[in-house]
This record gives sequence, structure tokens and C-alpha cells, in this order.
Amino acid sequence: MSNLSDDKICELEQTANRIRQSIIAMLVSAGSGHTAGPLGMADIFTYLYFGGMSHDPKNPKWTDRDRLILSNGHICPVLYATMAHAGYFPLEELETLRQFGSRLQGHPHREFLPMLENSSGPLGSGLSQALGMALADRIDYGKQSRKFFFCLTGDGELNEGQNWEAIMMASKEKVHNLIVIVDRNNIQIDGFTEDIMPLNSLRKKFEAFNFHVQEIDGHNFEAISDSINQAKAVYDMPSVIIAHTIPGKGVPFMERDYRWHGVPPGKGPEDFYKKDEQNAKAIDELRSLGGKIKCGDK
Amino acid sequence: MLITEQKLRKDIFDEKNESVAIRVGFGLGLLEAAKKDERVVGLCADLVESTKMEDFAKEFPKRFFEVGVAEQNLASVASGMAAMGKIPFISSYAMFSPGRNWEQIRTTICYNDVPVKIAGSHAGISVGPDGGTHQAVEDIALMRVIPNMIVISPCDSVEAKKATLAAAGNDKPVYIRLAREATPLITTEETPFEIGKASRLFESSKTKNSVTIIATGALVFNALRVAQKFEAEGVGVIVINLSTIKPLDKKTILEAVKETKAAVTVEEHQIAGGMGSAVAEFLAQTFPVPMDFVGVNDVFGQSGKPQQLIEHYGMGEDSIYNAVNNVLRRKHD
Repeated sequence: MSNLSDDKICELEQTANRIRQSIIAMLVSAGSGHTAGPLGMADIFTYLYFGGMSHDPKNPKWTDRDRLILSNGHICPVLYATMAHAGYFPLEELETLRQFGSRLQGHPHREFLPMLENSSGPLGSGLSQALGMALADRIDYGKQSRKFFFCLTGDGELNEGQNWEAIMMASKEKVHNLIVIVDRNNIQIDGFTEDIMPLNSLRKKFEAFNFHVQEIDGHNFEAISDSINQAKAVYDMPSVIIAHTIPGKGVPFMERDYRWHGVPPGKGPEDFYKKDEQNAKAIDELRSLGGKIKCGDK
Repeated sequence: MLITEQKLRKDIFDEKNESVAIRVGFGLGLLEAAKKDERVVGLCADLVESTKMEDFAKEFPKRFFEVGVAEQNLASVASGMAAMGKIPFISSYAMFSPGRNWEQIRTTICYNDVPVKIAGSHAGISVGPDGGTHQAVEDIALMRVIPNMIVISPCDSVEAKKATLAAAGNDKPVYIRLAREATPLITTEETPFEIGKASRLFESSKTKNSVTIIATGALVFNALRVAQKFEAEGVGVIVINLSTIKPLDKKTILEAVKETKAAVTVEEHQIAGGMGSAVAEFLAQTFPVPMDFVGVNDVFGQSGKPQQLIEHYGMGEDSIYNAVNNVLRRKHD
């Protein structure tokens, strides 16, 4: 049962598809960067910026906005692309990704792009920052706080011990408006997460730390929306949404292949396409996917 | 002689001078800062009493957070709070914060450029019996290489209080280095303090000044005692208290060094990368003079009594005295 209309779902799917095309284009233009994670998280970012979060692209410093704290900064192409599509800055600026002087640094830097909530890249610190923000807000507003603090983190990133320090404290402090979204895509740079450093049951781990836990299909807008609504309704504990996603989602020759974690189209594995074909093929795949979305491109 | 305008304590050189741990001044300063400004919050990694955050924690329980033994989380939670407009002070032993959480300080505090104040207690070798694991003699180096960071190493408890208050009123990341042991009081409430300003505490009234000692932290006291000894021997020595190590007060240093044409730096820290290195980096480019460095020379400490360790590792009064003589000889070679 979803509170999203068919039209809204359709609109979100089309927006996510356009964001994925922007991600491919900006990575090609940059000649380096991460591909799999940004494509995999495009649906969740789309939902947050086009429905899930209270925010105002025309007034990025609006005090009462919800905060999105990106912990795994390397997936910033999806953050930048989504922000541009939401109206924070012109779409053309996306082409400057990773270029000298660009506001769109290879990993997010708040001094270059002040509308970001945090700088990130070195893994494992975002959850602590989101927790600090939520605690600061509680000093001012107590449990009456109307803001939500979304921390977006990756599964490989949970190898970092600092996350578990923050998870313990979030639980101790019963930070009800902290919503952690884990990109459970099962890959990290060197391989599959369960080969590199098994996380086993993330659900059981978070439950043991007294988090409210939900597991969802991270590409299903109804599930994304419902889980975020449920997390917002939780009153006395922090929430985690374990979002099962497909790395490289939307471009079949990239999907589920950890070798696409940290390379752009044009520099990826050549199992299906030569390097010089990868960009065009990726865009083709996404365009044809757009045509398959049930309501068509409006 | 002691410089009158600095309004230093009169009993500095008395046998029975008063000693208070530098960290005590931090505790007093934090409490006062918190009373003045409700944005001030405190976070501690399971060392509330020994880092002197306890009075603040009792007075402002809603603005105090016990993070547990988790220094990385300590730094980044504070970063998040600062991003929301708070002025967080975080405290632990210097060995663990900024020792263990350096990258979190670099990325989540300094790269974000948010005003988190890091109080590193139990810095230096004078931690004593706890041994080398707990003696942070690398922290100045770790902190001064990070852009946006201000580094302060107060010489006594009174100055530590002022530094804490000044840090609370400053919108940058600040590292305040504190020591465990009782340290003789040098300054008074009236002694001027300003972040970024070094102060000349001692100079000869009778003879030409021929060496500048630039000291920081608890060893400023030793430097003053050595300067007094030289004055009695007819050798003029200037002593500068370099309480702010970054940004460096180039003007005060240069004025003194141009006068003496020789310099000795004194710190309870590794010679490599510490305060002396900061001074040398500056002087080498502007006014190179014979220099000597009093500090820990690329070794770890061990258990012992504070004074015993200070002497053993070459930071006692005799070592400073020899360093001054050394630069005097080189100046005349």
C-alpha cells in the first residue's frame, strides 16, 4: 500500500532515468570517478529530493530543512546530478565534475559548494556527523524537532569501525529523527562485500544496537517512500533502511559487476563493449529504459 | 628581568611559588564560556574528570555528551554539532584526540571548516608514570599541518583559561594543548592574551640581549629560570612565550631575533615537526640565525616522575642552558 500515485511514481522513474543519464555524461566528461554506486542509488536520491525531504533549492540554507549527509562521498555524481535536476544549480555545471576550479570536487567539499551539508570522501564519518547534527537540533528543540537527518552510507563503508561508535551512541541517545539509509549493493572496490569483509546480517546487527530496521528493494519507489514514512514515524529510536540495490542499475552491462565501482564509462571492463563504445551504449540503454517506463516520457 | 607590562606573577622565582595543572584552566574557561554563550557544548570520551570537563558537565547536563571511549566519533559528532551552529569543545587525552582521530579532525572538522575546539589533555612527557603510550609528543606536529586549524599551547593554568575563552569566541577549529602535572603559575588575570600573539616575558635590563628563547607550554617556566641565571652571569636573554603556535606571531619573533641573532626553541614535544620547526621554517626564509632545539629527539618516553623524565629527555634547565651556550658559540664562530 503506497501513498504515491501512479503518476507520481511514473514521474519519479523518469526523473531517476534522466539523473542516471546525467551521471554517465558527467563521468565521461570527467574521465574518472565512480559509476556503479551512483547509478545504484539514483532512485533513492530521486525520491529524497523529489518528495522525501523538506528542502528548498532556491533557499539552500533554509534553517528548517531536512539534512542529507552523504557519508560515502565517492558516490557524489548522484548527489550532484540530483541536486542539479532539483534546481540547486544549472545542469550544465555537471560537466565540470572533477575539473580544476569546479564546485563539483571529486569528493564533496562544502567550502566549494556551500549548499552541501558536509564534506566527505574518507569513509565512515558521515553517520557521526549526522548524529551530531541531530543532537544539536535536539538541544534547541527537544523532541519537538521537525527536521530529519538522512545519513546515506554504503555497505562496504560499514567496515569502518567509526560507524559502530556512532551507531552505539545514536542508540544510547535515542535519536528518533536520524534515518540511516545503507546502500546494500554488495560490492566494494576489491570485490564482493561478503568476500572482502563479510557483513552477514546487517538487520541483526542493527537490531542488536536497538535501531528500527527496515529492508527494502532500493529501486521500488513505493517501498522507498513507505519505508521513509515509517522511519519518520518512529519515536524513540534511530532508524535504518537497508536498501538492497543493484550497482550499475539501469545499464545492464554494468550491473552487479564490482569492477564498475570506481571507473567511468570508457575505462571499464570490456566483457560486453570496447572502452570507446561504453559511453554511447550506456546512454542507449538508459534511453531505451526510459521508453519502457510504463507511462512513457512525459 | 621580567617585563612589567606583562603583569606576571611576582613569585615566579620563589621557592614556594604556586602550581596548578594547566588543564584546570581549561575546565574553568569552559564553564565561563558556557555561561556566556549558550552555543557552547561539550563532548568527552570517557575522561570527564581528568580532562576537567566535569564542572561544565554538572552545570550544563543538556549541553554535555558522553561519547564513550570513541575518539573518532567524538570528533565527527562535534563536527555535525558545529555545522548546526554549536561551538563544541571535545576533550580526551592528546594521545587519543588528536592522536587517534587525526583524519576525522582533518576531514570532518578542518576540511568542513567548522568551529570545533579540541582540548588535548595530558600532552607531553610529563604525564609521567603512565609511560610512553600516554605521552603525546607528536600532537603539535599533527595539528599544525592541517589548514584552518589554530594551535594553542598555554604556559600555565591562567593562560589556559584565557585561551579556552578566546577559542570559544573564534569561528575556526582550535587545538588547545593541556598538561596533566601541576605547573608553576607565571601569568595573572591581567596578563594580556590574544590568539596569534606571542609575548615577550623576559629580557635583560642591563646588557645587550644575545639569545632569544622561544618557549611554549609548561617549559616556559624553565626557560624563564634559565634566562634569569644568564642574567646573573651577565648574558642577556629574551624569553618569548609562544602560546599560539599557529598562526605564528612573526612580528614578535622577528623583532627579538633581529636583536639577538640567535634563537633556542623549547617545547615538550618531538623536535621534528613541532613548535621549533614552525619557528625554523619562518626564520630560515626571513632571517636565518644559529638555532638550537630543545625537545624530544626522536624517541618514545617511558614511566618515571615528570621532572625526572623532563631532564632525562633533554628538556630540563641544564639542557636549555647548554642550548643557549651552544648558539652563543656558533654566533661568534
